[in-house]
Amino acid sequence: MKALSQKRRHPLAAVALLLLGLMLTGGLYAVVTTANQAKADTTYSANDAQEGGKLFIANCATCHGMGASGSPDGPSLVGVGAAAVDFQVGTGRMPMQLQGPQAQQKPRQFNDEQTHQLAAYVASLGAGPAIPEAQYTEGGGNAANGGVLFRVNCAMCHNAAAAGGALTRGKFAPALAGVSNQHIYEAMVTGPQNMPVFNDANITPNNKRDIIAFLDTIDANGSPGGAALGSLGPVSEGLFIWIAGLGVVIAFTVWLTSRTS
Amino acid sequence: MGDHSDGIPAGSDAVAKAGLNEVEKFQDPGLPPHRLRLADTDPRAAKRAERQVAILFGVSVVGTLLFFFGYFFIRLDDTIATLRLQNMLLGLGTAFAMLGIGTGIVHWARALMPDHEVSEERHELRSEADREAAVKIVDDIVEETGIKRRPLIRNTLLGAVALAPFPAIVMFRDLGPLPANALKHTMWDKGIRLVRDPTGTPIKASDVTLGSAFHVIPDGLNDLHEGKLEEKAKAVVLLMRLDPSQLNPSKGREDWSYNGIVAYSKICTHVGCPVALYEQQTHHLLCPCHQSTFDLTQECKVIFGPANRPLPQLPISIDSEGYLVAQSDFHEPVGPSFWERG
Repeated sequence: MKALSQKRRHPLAAVALLLLGLMLTGGLYAVVTTANQAKADTTYSANDAQEGGKLFIANCATCHGMGASGSPDGPSLVGVGAAAVDFQVGTGRMPMQLQGPQAQQKPRQFNDEQTHQLAAYVASLGAGPAIPEAQYTEGGGNAANGGVLFRVNCAMCHNAAAAGGALTRGKFAPALAGVSNQHIYEAMVTGPQNMPVFNDANITPNNKRDIIAFLDTIDANGSPGGAALGSLGPVSEGLFIWIAGLGVVIAFTVWLTSRTS
Repeated sequence: MGDHSDGIPAGSDAVAKAGLNEVEKFQDPGLPPHRLRLADTDPRAAKRAERQVAILFGVSVVGTLLFFFGYFFIRLDDTIATLRLQNMLLGLGTAFAMLGIGTGIVHWARALMPDHEVSEERHELRSEADREAAVKIVDDIVEETGIKRRPLIRNTLLGAVALAPFPAIVMFRDLGPLPANALKHTMWDKGIRLVRDPTGTPIKASDVTLGSAFHVIPDGLNDLHEGKLEEKAKAVVLLMRLDPSQLNPSKGREDWSYNGIVAYSKICTHVGCPVALYEQQTHHLLCPCHQSTFDLTQECKVIFGPANRPLPQLPISIDSEGYLVAQSDFHEPVGPSFWERG
């Protein structure tokens, strides 16, 4: 301990501390993500569906109707599948807080078990996309191929750097950073809200895994060219250079032409 | 030229004297009195300014060292993080190396170098005699060439000069062939399969479920060795499936879709951006460049934005194996207007 305290003023101490911190964060992150992946189990008991039915009547039936057959306020959920429920409820989009152009992401209102039960109930109403198997959402996959597919199929709405973008009349495609692999996969198969469906015949499960690998890669790598300014392209970059860049130019001009005291 | 290094506003006397006779004339106020800087009077201030300049040059040295540190000592591995760090060090190093020298010199000049004001007299205006001499030169040339007396020479010269630029037009024409009717046709033709972009695999009608959107290229595009991008830029198509009751085909276009599956050109009719932002509930197609919005339920009629024409529809059907094929090429040129489009 004494040796340690003597070396704390060593020039490399800060570097060592930084490394220690980084390793700790990395380790914690790894632990947390494995915990997330472990939860994906797709077997439902009759009890799950029954409990889910009760939750549904209490929380969802106002808009989606009794038996999830739909009402003027919400679509029928027969045949949307467990994946749709896991995405909508798991990301907090459902239950919706207020009517608007689109349901917004917010802190989730149901825990993993309740989401599981709701998914079991909706899945029991009719066949639909199931929650993806863990092998497609656990990582792995070819990020380069995923990048090609992402730019063809996804980038026009979600932005080439997955930073999201505007759609018509107040709707928008959300940014994809920080969205869990499973939710990205489920969004592709179910096409939530105005997103088109990308079924397994269009983008195979392996290709979906590649797209997820690409998103994870750009998430982890960050921007290769310094500050990304939101990756929004010419809008944020132009604003920055017009204000900050020209500001510096003006400041230098003022300095150059002013008198010295 | 008047040198005022002594700091006294000289010259104002002379102007004042001249102004005595002509009262109306504008009075030259002369230069404001010279103000001494702190560094001119206080040796300690001068010393401080000297140190500041030296520090700025030192900043430049540090910047250059930072550049070399980044260049030689950042080991690039497979991650982008090291590349980003190196880029940042190279950029910041170069910026400070230049900025230090620049600001140092400016500060040196402002704070320490002599700052006497210098005024420069406007040069004399040309005299009338000079002007007449110039006119005479031109007149002499006209006279001596005899161009007025010899109309044959004048007219042949005019003819030669008028004709000489024409070879240039021919040569500019050689810069490239005219597009001919390349803008009016695409790769699509009867029986060409719709395949996925970029894999090139064919699409069964049953693969296209309700709400799906497929990004489509013509079969055979991936095999092209030349002009692949040009062909792709014209032929890309977006394939979507709606409830057949939501399609409202106009007369003559009833059989252009298959079970609610429709294919539309992805090239915006405004300036040619790819229109691929499909909203599956509202059935709107949005162009990301200028927000032109097309309504799929009205044959991609423009409902918002600067586009002028609906997106061209590709007539489709299925072949004997159940794969989607084109019935023909587009019935109109795809993409933005062009001169010969009519």
